[in-house]
Amino acid sequence: MKFDTPAGRNPIDRLKVVGRPTDRVEGHLKVTGTAPYAYEWHDPRASLAYGVIVGAGIAKGRVSALHLDEAKAAPGVVAVVTHENAGPLGKGAFYVQRFLADPKVDHYHQAVAAVVAETFEQARAAAALVRVDYVSEAGRFDLAAQWDTAPVPPESASGGPPESVVGDFEGAFAAAPVRLDETYTTPDQAHAMMEPHATIASWDGDRLTCHTSIQQMNWGVRDLALTLGIPKNRIRLLSPYIGGGFGGKGTVQADLALAAVAARLVGRPVKVALQRTQMFNATIHRPATIQRIRIGATRDGRITAIGHDSLNGNLPGGRTEPTTASTKPFYAGANRWTRLRLATLDLAEGNAMRAPGEAPGLMALEIAMDEMAERLGMDPVAFRVLNDTQVDPMQGGIPFSTRPFVECLRTGAKRFGWDRRASRPATLRDGRWLVGMGMAGAIRAAKIATSGARVRLDGRGVVTVEVDMTDIGTGSYTIVAQTAAEMMGVGLDRVVARLGDSDFPETPGSGGQQGGPSVTAGVYAACLKLREAVAQRLGFNSDDVAFADGMVRSGNRAVPLGQAAQAGDLVAEDTIEFGDLSKRFAQQTFGAHFAEVGVDADTGEIRVRRMLAVCAAGRIINPKAARSQVIGGMTMGIGAALMERMDVDKRRGFFVNHDLAGYEVPVHADIPHLDAVFVDEVDPTMSPMKAKGVGELGLCGVAPAVANAVYNATGVRVRDYPVTLDKLLDRMPDAA
Amino acid sequence: MKSFTYERPGTPAEAAAAVARTPDAKFIAGGTNLLDLMKLQIETPTHLVDVNGLGLDRIEATAEGGLRIGALVRNTDLAADPRVRKDYGVLSRALLAGASGQLRNKATTAGNLLQRTRCPYFYDTAQACNKRQPGSGCAALDGVSRQLAVIGGSEACIATHPGDMAVAMRVLDATVETVDAKGTERKIAIADFHRLPGDKPEVDTTLRPGELITAVTLPKPLGGKQVYRKVRDRASYAFALVSVAAVVQPDGSGRVAFGGVAHKPWRSEEAEAALARGAKPVTDRAFSGAKPTHENAFKLKLAERTLNAALTQARA
Repeated sequence: MKFDTPAGRNPIDRLKVVGRPTDRVEGHLKVTGTAPYAYEWHDPRASLAYGVIVGAGIAKGRVSALHLDEAKAAPGVVAVVTHENAGPLGKGAFYVQRFLADPKVDHYHQAVAAVVAETFEQARAAAALVRVDYVSEAGRFDLAAQWDTAPVPPESASGGPPESVVGDFEGAFAAAPVRLDETYTTPDQAHAMMEPHATIASWDGDRLTCHTSIQQMNWGVRDLALTLGIPKNRIRLLSPYIGGGFGGKGTVQADLALAAVAARLVGRPVKVALQRTQMFNATIHRPATIQRIRIGATRDGRITAIGHDSLNGNLPGGRTEPTTASTKPFYAGANRWTRLRLATLDLAEGNAMRAPGEAPGLMALEIAMDEMAERLGMDPVAFRVLNDTQVDPMQGGIPFSTRPFVECLRTGAKRFGWDRRASRPATLRDGRWLVGMGMAGAIRAAKIATSGARVRLDGRGVVTVEVDMTDIGTGSYTIVAQTAAEMMGVGLDRVVARLGDSDFPETPGSGGQQGGPSVTAGVYAACLKLREAVAQRLGFNSDDVAFADGMVRSGNRAVPLGQAAQAGDLVAEDTIEFGDLSKRFAQQTFGAHFAEVGVDADTGEIRVRRMLAVCAAGRIINPKAARSQVIGGMTMGIGAALMERMDVDKRRGFFVNHDLAGYEVPVHADIPHLDAVFVDEVDPTMSPMKAKGVGELGLCGVAPAVANAVYNATGVRVRDYPVTLDKLLDRMPDAA
Repeated sequence: MKSFTYERPGTPAEAAAAVARTPDAKFIAGGTNLLDLMKLQIETPTHLVDVNGLGLDRIEATAEGGLRIGALVRNTDLAADPRVRKDYGVLSRALLAGASGQLRNKATTAGNLLQRTRCPYFYDTAQACNKRQPGSGCAALDGVSRQLAVIGGSEACIATHPGDMAVAMRVLDATVETVDAKGTERKIAIADFHRLPGDKPEVDTTLRPGELITAVTLPKPLGGKQVYRKVRDRASYAFALVSVAAVVQPDGSGRVAFGGVAHKPWRSEEAEAALARGAKPVTDRAFSGAKPTHENAFKLKLAERTLNAALTQARA
């Protein structure tokens, strides 16, 4: 199915199942511990071996000698995989990291060896016996040191042009009566998902099957094929349940690559999970950024110039963090300039983490907007409303498909009680707490991509959907089932959703908040075909058939749906493809975040007291799961605001706090009541579902709302995340 | 984890003897710290002597009007004991500020005293750490040190004692009771129990090889307002940046000990004599000679402000 004109009325608009708060269809499996995650598959007939990875103990250089005799002689050891016996290993198409030091070491904890043994305990004990000699080389670990010199990278396929210009930014900025020129930093962040990267790989001749934990099955197959140098059609990946990913499991990581290599080497299935302490330096992370933002405005608050210059670092060839993505379309202003620069660092690879680009970009931009509002003597909400734009100022003025940003701002301000905010900072006190409110705007691209689906109707009237989509905790199973139920006119109890198998029709998977809208549109397309097949089989004129309550009706004839499959299952498959609507309309999701914090007047401890998000993301297919996505994003954003930071040892070149004791994410006690509501809208330019993704929007703008609230509470402006008490203490008012 | 042998002796003296006669043996109680360290091969005992069956799990009144806390009393039970809550509130509060409910259910009184530092370089076996591997150097000195000691450190080590319970016990002047392989009992003042690192940072305490903690005794109640303030970036389940245990009497005098700042709970009896005059005179004195790194110098100001908060709370 080709989608190239805005959607009209269609069966989804009935909203019998879609659009209703719906429990997760697989929820009982998860809460009872019976949904098997990648490491938990157990085939008693398989002669399973266990692999444990040994990570490099230096940041850069090479392995000069491997001493493996002790490890090989340890009890239960089957083999030790190193670059000497692994065979040639390629790289995937998305990550630049290499899975094995060969003997060149690119970053700390890069795999040097994998020890394979009969039990996990034996493998782990033997891994500690592997001794490695290194020759270290000097590395580059300090991002700030490269601010003056880092170049603009070549244009990348994923990130668009690194530099963009509209009008005369420098001239307009110099002429603006009110100006802001500040620099903000965001730290390296870890995904810190609960389930570690894990794989069970088994070969049957030249065919490879892996239980693994990957968000995008098509990328996984592609990148594993490139890594191993085998055709894609010999690989099957299975990821039906995933314990969180946040972008950290986009495609192949060392567990999958080395499990496959080890299983080939030992001729047995091999299980490999990354140890928690390895995940921070051995896989990807959200890279640190330094961002200079300049805003010029007229005295009455209209932005005339906006400039954003951003730097991150990466391994050679690595990705540029597109922090300016949100600055380009968000606010009005005739003169604009954005630039991305990329330094070379010898730390682990920086790559996608939930809302790459927008999340760290808005952490900077939305503090700058707060500072600018203050300089103008304006309320931060009013300043944003005044500078709203209904056309994309960077893309030649094309209209937004929908942009209820002002509605998000006004609804949020009203519900939150924003009018009670003290406009002068450090003036509100509640016992020992200095209290402040802050807000920030949110914008995140609404992407959608080609997506296939297969649907099957059996004689009992049960509809089974098969897609290679994954559910990383987001609720994909449920929205897939809701879509099929709505289309086929049955209840959720008559639908089976099957996900996470690379042999199923291809979808974009979970990433870039495009999974939900894409996969449901693909299911829609396949269901349309199935409806035609049903109508034909039942002898109906397919233009005039209603599917409802498990029945197929036309005129005064009604037949149970299952009857169409009495003579054998009916199977339909289709793929939805998208025309140029995304070029004719700027498609974005929007939101506004409001936060109230307390800051201890003595110690500077910061605690969030309440938060509200108002989001606009087209049709909300499952309001219950969408709300969970947003409050999950808010929780992550509170972490980004107040505690999350990988500490770089700039001498030795690694992230030091590489466990969950040292890398702090919010605990229950940090999270008060969070409220998330949605603007009632549909976006017919997106797909027949009229829906957009919401999983990344919920994070965008959260951290700056909290940071702005801390400023309002204390009068101390912190421009370096995370906002921790040590950055407040020297400048806090004296405790009374 | 390395393979190890295991035994469950019947008496404290047998347990002490079992550890004394076996090279690289260790006691195990709750295991909340030891097992983690064994998985990472930071601790590599060849023999574990399980003391959980020794019955040292009671809290009893002493003849002097204090309390004797068995070495195996779990943190949860100690924090909830009515006598502790009534007369030693600072101890109950310190315990509840530490770890999580699940960990406190397992963790024991003696084990908590013996928990090892959380310095990230101690935890990474590829890095130099004199505490983990004597003579290998200290990567923390010029590394990431925000969490580490500001006073009492040495050129060999700037690790902190990470606990909360011991800080409260220090302010209460607790006594650690032990037994050795020969059955000889010994009493160690809590002030003398934890060491400063000096040139032997691998040695955390003054316990002798094989010596087993049997109990911790508290002197008779001090009265006063008892406060434990623990400051950290997140609200729970994190080690202290700075903590303050304070006992403040109605006349403004009192005692104070600091956590998160040194290789041991930090208390200066000389400094606390100034308590009635407010926080600054106490912390100026208590932290005179401090040698913070550029990353953790904020702890000095934080200690003063946290003490101020504790005093405000005590006087409220």
